[in-house]
Amino acid sequence: MMLFLFYITSAVAVFATVMMITRLNAVHGLLYLILSLLAAGVLFFLLGAHFAAVLEVIIYAGAIMVLFVFVIMMLNQGQKTTDQERIWLQPTIWIGPSVLAVILFAEMLIVIVSGGNAETGQIVDSKQVAIALYGPYLLAVELASMLLLAGLVGAYHLGKPMLKKTLGKRA
Amino acid sequence: MNGIPLELGLVLSAVLFVLGLIGVMVRRNLIMILMSLEVMLNATGLAFIVAGSRWGQADGQIMFLLILTLAAAEVGVGLGLALQIFHRFQTLDADSVNEMQG
Repeated sequence: MMLFLFYITSAVAVFATVMMITRLNAVHGLLYLILSLLAAGVLFFLLGAHFAAVLEVIIYAGAIMVLFVFVIMMLNQGQKTTDQERIWLQPTIWIGPSVLAVILFAEMLIVIVSGGNAETGQIVDSKQVAIALYGPYLLAVELASMLLLAGLVGAYHLGKPMLKKTLGKRA
Repeated sequence: MNGIPLELGLVLSAVLFVLGLIGVMVRRNLIMILMSLEVMLNATGLAFIVAGSRWGQADGQIMFLLILTLAAAEVGVGLGLALQIFHRFQTLDADSVNEMQG
């Protein structure tokens, strides 16, 4: 039964990824990419990694995808945005991701109804992860924080001259 | 325990990784290349989670956390670079940026 859920979720993930790399419009591809990441989150839950599943949905499908949406919207400004909005609202665009999302939602309902024992892998709860994270992996946590700091400085440096240039043009 | 076989999870991870690699090699839009890179990073994270679930250890999820921070930093810098390229060349075509004197 739970292997059946695993097969369905894998099919959703692979199909969404194939659709993502074949879309011509970046926003359409983004919709399918979000579905692919949500399917991966369901897979993590089925494998017993609840903490990783929550992080996948919040950070990957939430924060990082919002970053992509911001950049795509920044690059698409102009007269054609109104026409694009009209084209994006056609059913042929959003019916595919919606069907995939409904499949994942039905899987979630099945898991809830079946009483929370739907996990097939060994459950590794967040307490074990936290103890290992701040025990033997403390140096890795520090390195990750350094990496995030470097990414922050890099993104700030890359974004700053462009901001100056546009401000100079307007003034 | 009625578990998910290790091989199936690893095969799925490999399929997703190859799909992302195909996306990186085929597409020429910088945004699409970055999205395909996300797919590849996610596939490696899936492999770690599958292995961690197979042996019941927390190390798989910790490696996934590190991959998550790597993906966040990579997306921040990569999208900043894409914005710069768009403002200098007025295009997101990766082939148009071939003027680097390296």
